[in-house]
Amino acid sequence: LPPIVPVAIDAVMSVDHATVRKIASLARIAVSDGEVEAMVIPNKLRLRDDVVTDGGVRDKILANAPSGEHGFFGVPKVIE
Amino acid sequence: VPNSADTLTNLTVAGIRDGFRAGDFTAREVAEGFNANVAAAKALNAFIVETPEMALAAADAADADRAAGTLKPLSGVPIGMKDLFCTEGVQTTAASHILEGFVPQYESTVSAKLWAAGAGMLGKLNMDQFAMGSSNETSYFGNVISPWKRSDGGNAPLAPGGSSGGSSSAIAARLCPAATGTDTGGSIRQPAAFTGISGIKPTYGRCSRWGVVAFASSLDQAGPMARDVRDCAIMLENMAGFDAKDSTSLDLPVPNWEAALSGDLRGKRVGIPLEYRVDNMPKEIDALWEQGITWLKDAGAEIVTVSLPHTKYALPAYYIIAPAEASSNLARYDGVRYGLRDLPDGAGLQEMYAATRAAGFGPEVKRRIMIGTYVLSAGFYDAYYTQAQKVRTLIAQDFDRAWETCDLLLTPTAPSAAFALGEKSDDPLAMYLNDVFTVPTSLAGLPAMSVPAGLDGQGLPLGLQIIGKALDEQGVLNAGLAIEQRAGFTARAERWW
Repeated sequence: LPPIVPVAIDAVMSVDHATVRKIASLARIAVSDGEVEAMVIPNKLRLRDDVVTDGGVRDKILANAPSGEHGFFGVPKVIE
Repeated sequence: VPNSADTLTNLTVAGIRDGFRAGDFTAREVAEGFNANVAAAKALNAFIVETPEMALAAADAADADRAAGTLKPLSGVPIGMKDLFCTEGVQTTAASHILEGFVPQYESTVSAKLWAAGAGMLGKLNMDQFAMGSSNETSYFGNVISPWKRSDGGNAPLAPGGSSGGSSSAIAARLCPAATGTDTGGSIRQPAAFTGISGIKPTYGRCSRWGVVAFASSLDQAGPMARDVRDCAIMLENMAGFDAKDSTSLDLPVPNWEAALSGDLRGKRVGIPLEYRVDNMPKEIDALWEQGITWLKDAGAEIVTVSLPHTKYALPAYYIIAPAEASSNLARYDGVRYGLRDLPDGAGLQEMYAATRAAGFGPEVKRRIMIGTYVLSAGFYDAYYTQAQKVRTLIAQDFDRAWETCDLLLTPTAPSAAFALGEKSDDPLAMYLNDVFTVPTSLAGLPAMSVPAGLDGQGLPLGLQIIGKALDEQGVLNAGLAIEQRAGFTARAERWW
């Protein structure tokens, strides 16, 4: 059995106690309440509504383009 | 008053704030004093862009606010901004050629908070390119020079530390009372230690990463650098806070760290990690560490020995994880949307990408992108990246176990005092070793700060590091204050620039 729950801290930071318990269970590792607590920085990856929250700033987006033409990024020809 | 401009620029953030409020001087006088110091310090190369007119505009607004009775937390305080923070209308390069000429059309969350709090900008501070370096020798815009010199009579220009070396040099030389820094593996704490100032990396997620040029996103964290602990607390209060635009931002209230500052450590247990006694550590650093233990005992803390058994794996894991994330983050620099474009005659898109990146990135950045690409490539991913992530968890668990017997940890900040420019730049591994005491904390996402604690035999500053539990910036600041109160560090680089 693996000695530890092989998850990264950035993943750990986005899981809750239940997930830690589930992973620990899958890995067949007994964890005490203290250990569950210790592995979790109190943070969750948030979800937001899947809607457009910005936009309408084409000229700002193009302001630093090495080549911006007619409202588009200019790049060399890709198709011969 | 011997020299009022020099007197003003020798004030701390708290001193400026309080003196300005009391009517002792105007914000404009302060801004003019620092602008003059910046203009006279070209030899340090601490700034990439100077913005004296912005400092004056903020000062005039502060003077008007004072007259109107609408003071803000940082009214009258001009600061330096590390060039990793996007500033609307002011070139932001991360000290790279590939972003030379890039003028953001938006403001980073952290800098926006500081301006909203009344601070003014003196300029954009030089740094290691894309925050990759420990000596400020990787900037496309030239090395930053430390204001400090060895007392041996030699004239060797010294490294101000990195990557926030423009910030540390500028504060130590009184070009600004405080500055922003960012810390991925020690980039606030090590330069603070090298230049005799204070700096705190808060818990990962305290400060928004939105608008900060990304290096290694799971490690990058902004924090303040200033002359003392109180100033760090003041600055951090005005930098931290939830931001919906950063998915890893902590949705927690910002404590009033300054108001709760206390150097009384009775009831606190401070751990001394066994594994941080590394081979070949200068005796002076060991002695300073012992002195720090004595100071903390004097402040009422109980000292315990702790073990962080996986410490020796922290640097190897860091130098896999950070480059891996960098190789992904820096893929965006392709010569299409912003920054440099190198388009050789007749070149197609792929050749344009390759030429642009070859011309736009410095050697250290290329080295890390290549390492990162390697460890993420099929066939090596599990052997390196997955393994490093497991080590990262073990390192975080080391700290969790330590917290069962103590509240804070005390260590040296760096294994040496500032070295001379060029001394380590040919040996990347020797350079990486400089971060041996700061990297584990970054991997675990914990708050940590460096405070100046003494001078070595050559008259160069040495720092002590306090590490705390997640979200316990207050504990870190308080222990830092306890050291500050006892160290009585007043040494200052003699002006030569």
